[in-house]
Amino acid sequence: MALLQISEPGQSTAPHQHRLAVGIDLGTTNSLVASVRSGDVQTLPDEDGSHLLSSVVRYHEDGVEVGAVAAQHAITDPMNTIVSVKRFMGRGISDLRLLGNKLPYHFIDEDKAVPRIHTRGGDVSATEVSAEILKALKRRAVKTLGEEIQGAVITVPAYFDEAQRQATKDAATLAGLNVLRLLNEPTAAAVAYGLDSGQEGVIAVYDLGGGTFDISILRLNQGVFEVLATGGDSALGGDDFDHVIAEWILQQADYEADPEPQLVRLLMHASRNAKETLSEQTEADILIDADEIQWHGSLSRDQMDALIEPLIRKTLMSCRRALRDAEIGNQDIIEIVMVGGSTRVPHVRNKVGEFFECEPLVSIDPDRVVAIGAALQADVLVGNKTDEDMLLLDIIPLSLGIETMGGLSEKIIHRNTPIPVSRAQDFTTYKDGQTAMAVHVVQGERELVSDCRSLAHFELRGFPPQVAGAPRIRVTFQVDADGLLSVHAREENSGTEASVDVKPSYGLTDEEIESMLRASMDHAQEDMLARTLREEQVEAERVVEALDSAIKADAALLTDDERRLISETRDRLIAARVGDDPGLIKKAITELEAACEDFVARRMNTSIRKAMKGHSVDEYATED
Amino acid sequence: MAVTVTQAAADRINDFLANRGKGVGLRLGVKTTGCSGMAYVLEFVDELNPEDEVFEDHGVKVIVDRKSMVYIDGTELDFTKEGLNEGFQFNNPNEKAQCGCGESFTV
Repeated sequence: MALLQISEPGQSTAPHQHRLAVGIDLGTTNSLVASVRSGDVQTLPDEDGSHLLSSVVRYHEDGVEVGAVAAQHAITDPMNTIVSVKRFMGRGISDLRLLGNKLPYHFIDEDKAVPRIHTRGGDVSATEVSAEILKALKRRAVKTLGEEIQGAVITVPAYFDEAQRQATKDAATLAGLNVLRLLNEPTAAAVAYGLDSGQEGVIAVYDLGGGTFDISILRLNQGVFEVLATGGDSALGGDDFDHVIAEWILQQADYEADPEPQLVRLLMHASRNAKETLSEQTEADILIDADEIQWHGSLSRDQMDALIEPLIRKTLMSCRRALRDAEIGNQDIIEIVMVGGSTRVPHVRNKVGEFFECEPLVSIDPDRVVAIGAALQADVLVGNKTDEDMLLLDIIPLSLGIETMGGLSEKIIHRNTPIPVSRAQDFTTYKDGQTAMAVHVVQGERELVSDCRSLAHFELRGFPPQVAGAPRIRVTFQVDADGLLSVHAREENSGTEASVDVKPSYGLTDEEIESMLRASMDHAQEDMLARTLREEQVEAERVVEALDSAIKADAALLTDDERRLISETRDRLIAARVGDDPGLIKKAITELEAACEDFVARRMNTSIRKAMKGHSVDEYATED
Repeated sequence: MAVTVTQAAADRINDFLANRGKGVGLRLGVKTTGCSGMAYVLEFVDELNPEDEVFEDHGVKVIVDRKSMVYIDGTELDFTKEGLNEGFQFNNPNEKAQCGCGESFTV
């Protein structure tokens, strides 16, 4: 017997065709699933009434465990218990090494682009581990909603690049979820507060989770959330609050030895409880009863505030940097959305409010706000809302383009373009008789390809040989609503085609991604010079190439003197080309063109004469 | 001629209406689709139509159009839980057979 939910007026569905959709917050530490039912958005609890699912997966010989049961074994069975897998999403092995030597996992790096973690249940990729978390959430949703779900909106950090987004989407596919859209986490939080239908302006989203801190500056403009800047600290969170409290307890108890892991766990647990108590009360009682320490005392809210003050200040420094990147002042912020369990700490709220000079939004549970925003968006996308409701758009965080001759990046879709979007640009060949073209897809703001991120390579092959510049090769970039990119190249004269979907190959560190934008500003001047230089170098090569093939074809038309002069000027150009003065190259090109002027004119006449041979002039006369 | 709602259903309906921020009540109805003849309709109501009848039970306005009334007269709307799932259920004395899923029925 199916249980019915209330629909919006006129939106009732036929039996078994319920448009059930969920929003999923796939977090580093915890994940959640939420859904809209009878017009009410709620996160869905499991059988034990717990809404948060620990993002921990433990592998056995014959199965997997997800959530709290798996998390209990993180310390005793570290090699088979994968925590914080989100940090590995879409990353190559070299990126993972940069994350430090602290990872206990045994990574397998064969020739594959995607590294795998060796567990007793087999070798698994980050995508597969994430899929297990998504499967657990999906099972919960199906049980709660009583039916299969039609689609899901999954949130990702605003700074996730194409590879990380694709990896997330792949994980959803593995879990059997139809992804309606990937949504930026800060955007989802803003949607949960209904800011998308509110006043236009700049919004800050302050997200302090268990182990990570993110600040995002968004601008709402005509229903589109544009990410102006992101920043944060991937190793700062509420766990660090617990840590400083634990250290304080050790100090109070005059314990000086290095505590054993068992004791550390006990201390962290007590600290966490004290921290949570102090969100409600001004005094917390702490009792440590271990073999090594027996200590009983109390911690006041003021004392805790003093302990965590330096950590909060660190987050505010990131906020200041993000504001500077976005080129706005803190008085421009009209709303601050608080996300993450650690924003329950009153001192965090006060300090953030002081910094941005406005009252932060805290009325929605900060652990659930992202999932709630995602569920609201999913409900709209699956078609449960009437026309006047939003169709929320996201934007491209970094420009997408292709490599052109000389290692230059030609941007096809510029950053901050709302998605979905499709843009095309025509390119041509560089050499006579060329029948293939390599397409190198890059992402970034810099002028030189070497300073951008490489996303994919593919080749368009087998178009008919033509003179340089004759083929028309149309390259189309398409970014779907999830921010995923496919690139398509087509030679228009012959219809030859090739395309690529951007798949995870290797990634950059958070810092690198964030600094890419900044670098494009810092290096604007030298990038411009580099571009001019490369352009002249490419032009020089083209001129020499064209000249050489002309001489090969029509050497007979040249006198010895002419040939010597042309050869000398050609050598000067080749010498100038390897230098780094674009002006000099340009001058040499002009000189060479001048030296060839007669030769070019003579070739033209010869070929016209050849073409006209056997015809009378009358045949070419225009008819009156 | 009447339809009723249980206390549990009334409480939830009031919660949902308050949460939604608008709406005068809840529409119960039928439409002729579904694998077994008829399907139940359960919708929020923002505006009344001329052919609507309004009942009030446990502080909830229940709206039924005259055509649907023929099929659901005497129905009690309940709110129940089945494991993690929860939702509304039509206890309809006119039902002769259900499709097994309870979403459509014949009279």
